[in-house]
Amino acid sequence: MNRSLRPLFATATIFALAYVLAVIQFPTMFSTRVFGNFLTDNAFLGVAAVGMTFVILSGGIDLSVGAVIGFTTVLIAVLVMWAGLHPLVAFAIALAVAALFGAAMGAAIHYLRVPSFIVTLAGMFLARGAASVLSPDSIGIKHGFYTAVSKSYILMPGGGRLTVIGLIMLTVFAFGILLAHRTRFGSCVYALGGSETSAALMGVPVARTTVLIYTLSSTLAGLAGVVFSLYTSAGYSLSALGVELDAIAAVVIGGTLLTGGYGLVAGTFIGVMLQGLVQTYIVFDGTLSSWWTKIVIGGLLFMFILLQRLVFTAAPRRRKLAWKT
Amino acid sequence: MQAAEGRPVLEARGIVKIFGQHTALGGVDFELKPGEVHALLGENGAGKSTLIKILTGAYQPDHGEMLLDGVPVSFRDPLQAQGHGIGTVYQEVNLLPNRSVAENLFLGRQPTRFGLIRRREIEARARRLLADYGLEIDVRADLSDYSVAVQQIVAIARAVELSGKVLVLDEPTASLDRNEVERLFDVVRKLKARGLGIVFITHFLGQVFELCDRVTILRNGRKIATQSLQGLSATDVVRMMLGKDVAFDHHPTGVADARRGAARVTFRNLGRKGSVAPVTLSVHEGEVVGVAGLLGSGRTEVARLMFGVDAADSGEILVDGTPVTIRNPAQAVAAGFGFCPEDRKIDGIFGELSVRENIIIALQAKLGWFRALNREDQVELAGRHAEALDIRAASPDMPVKLLSGGNQQKVILARWLAIDPSFLILDEPTRGIDVGAHAEIVRTINRLREDGLALFAISSELEEVVAYSNRVVVMRDREMVAELSGAAVAPDAIVQAIAETPAPEAQP
Repeated sequence: MNRSLRPLFATATIFALAYVLAVIQFPTMFSTRVFGNFLTDNAFLGVAAVGMTFVILSGGIDLSVGAVIGFTTVLIAVLVMWAGLHPLVAFAIALAVAALFGAAMGAAIHYLRVPSFIVTLAGMFLARGAASVLSPDSIGIKHGFYTAVSKSYILMPGGGRLTVIGLIMLTVFAFGILLAHRTRFGSCVYALGGSETSAALMGVPVARTTVLIYTLSSTLAGLAGVVFSLYTSAGYSLSALGVELDAIAAVVIGGTLLTGGYGLVAGTFIGVMLQGLVQTYIVFDGTLSSWWTKIVIGGLLFMFILLQRLVFTAAPRRRKLAWKT
Repeated sequence: MQAAEGRPVLEARGIVKIFGQHTALGGVDFELKPGEVHALLGENGAGKSTLIKILTGAYQPDHGEMLLDGVPVSFRDPLQAQGHGIGTVYQEVNLLPNRSVAENLFLGRQPTRFGLIRRREIEARARRLLADYGLEIDVRADLSDYSVAVQQIVAIARAVELSGKVLVLDEPTASLDRNEVERLFDVVRKLKARGLGIVFITHFLGQVFELCDRVTILRNGRKIATQSLQGLSATDVVRMMLGKDVAFDHHPTGVADARRGAARVTFRNLGRKGSVAPVTLSVHEGEVVGVAGLLGSGRTEVARLMFGVDAADSGEILVDGTPVTIRNPAQAVAAGFGFCPEDRKIDGIFGELSVRENIIIALQAKLGWFRALNREDQVELAGRHAEALDIRAASPDMPVKLLSGGNQQKVILARWLAIDPSFLILDEPTRGIDVGAHAEIVRTINRLREDGLALFAISSELEEVVAYSNRVVVMRDREMVAELSGAAVAPDAIVQAIAETPAPEAQP
């Protein structure tokens, strides 16, 4: 099996096992209702995690994701409730702002040769600070559009609801998979993660790709903010605290190598779903503290990093080849 | 095997490149004809890699011009050179280990439909392309799944596809086995027949004679000769490469008079697979054993094995007749070994630290964390050694990076002398220092020998080796092939031993 597939295979197996065990204990967990809630409750995390996947594949990290989500929710609330704009217009503005923000971070990372860790850490403080300046308090959003969105869903067999935001996440994942695996941009992202020197020598436009990667990540964080805004019908500067870390966890658990170059967007989806499964289990159980989610995720993360070490430090198996004579 | 006739495809005239105060290339001419394999030879510091970097656009020359097909060109970066038809394949393959073979071949020019890459198309084309190179492999597998030889050929295929006029092969065979080298040579010959001009850089003389039509030899930033290999012998080539540039005092009497003390260290069958064939050697008190051989012959590798930088997988080490275990440098230091590595800027000197700190650091490491040397001891120690070796620094608290190369080298020597070693390994002790300091280092080595130290000194400069060695061992193709002593320690004899044509690659 391809080396980059092995961690993903492990994640998928663990997810399947965990789900089966959970279903044995709580048979009602096996239903489209629960599945629909999985998607809805983790939609914002999933959308942000797709962007994070690209960043990590390229060998970088984006710590500003949670702050950008928080900022976006506040910006949308302010534009809708105070400026009276239609939510769709507010969404467009918020996405544009997030995209610019990401482009600026990408440019700083490439042209100033500052590690992405530092630049996005600064970005995190900036976005969180700007959100608090806009409004330190939570702003509730009351608008016909929000009500309409929350009422529309696709009814799945078995009574499960595929909500608009669940659908957004699935679309973003489909888009991410195509972008990563079937476009030149995707190839360039993997190339950067493999070896920046080689990539440059092979003609990868390093500057443009770097800027685009962080633009993509911030735009998707902005979209995650839109989803979060629809999910909670509110804007709050302290919302989505630490979501960047959940996203990193989902990406790594999904089999992407933290040092870049190896991984699949589809893996991140399983990573997100695994986190959702743990949360849902805790809800079903009812006696466990929700902090157990963090503990389980921590354990899984540790296990996966160990697993990746094993897979990638093991001597590569040399393929057989035929020399034609 | 004859040089193709006709107009050169690539020509460089009067190339000058200066780094700071060091002239890496002082007006070098180079000419490559289509359909020839042209070897570029030279020892470390000869300017070989600088010239290659200029030809391939990684550096820009300070003076001189380059002509491609008779038209003057200048390259901003390797990418532009590639676009003009000059492709390069490096020893460490500059491809993407994490991507498939097909993707590595087509990255940056994948055929797309509606913005989506046509993967099947790429794979089919990659298969067809590699078939031309005699390779049938699964092109969907990661590049890192394959051996270096296959990766090299993929890199060559990509370079030829993208460039197609000139192919520069920078030590492509360094990590290949004999069979793989054969395969690579077949590919090179095919490309030659297609009319490509190929520049071939290697340390293996046998391969030069086997594959190449002409040779250009560089030494100390100057071109020594460009000649057809027909009618040249290996000895001629080695002589031109090593030459005789530096003249300084000989100490033949000192060397001859040195009485052999007891064997200080003995290495029995010390070796490491894929690195150095087992070496057996004793070094006595008051003796310098010199090591001669071309770059890449395994000189440095032997030193690294002795000092435990690389773990040996065979053999044993005896110090004063007692077996010791040396699997890492700390154990080597504990056994009384010292090691001045080849590239002092990378491996030796802590540029930001002061002269004093650089001198005491090995002793401190030997003493351990909990027995810190106090300030007075440090000052005394540093002062004593600085004086003994005549280190010229304004103050012992001056950062080492501000000193000249010769003085830096002496600081490293002082560092090891501070631990009072019984056996000292010097790898290229005079690299990159000026002629005056050069002679002084040689004098210092001679004095250390007279003081009873056992030394193992590696050098590319034959005159230098002769000046301080009691015995000389010669390395070739990662093997110790000769040991010269007494009157045989002379430049001519050493050249002869280095050049003695390697067995299977022998050329008429």
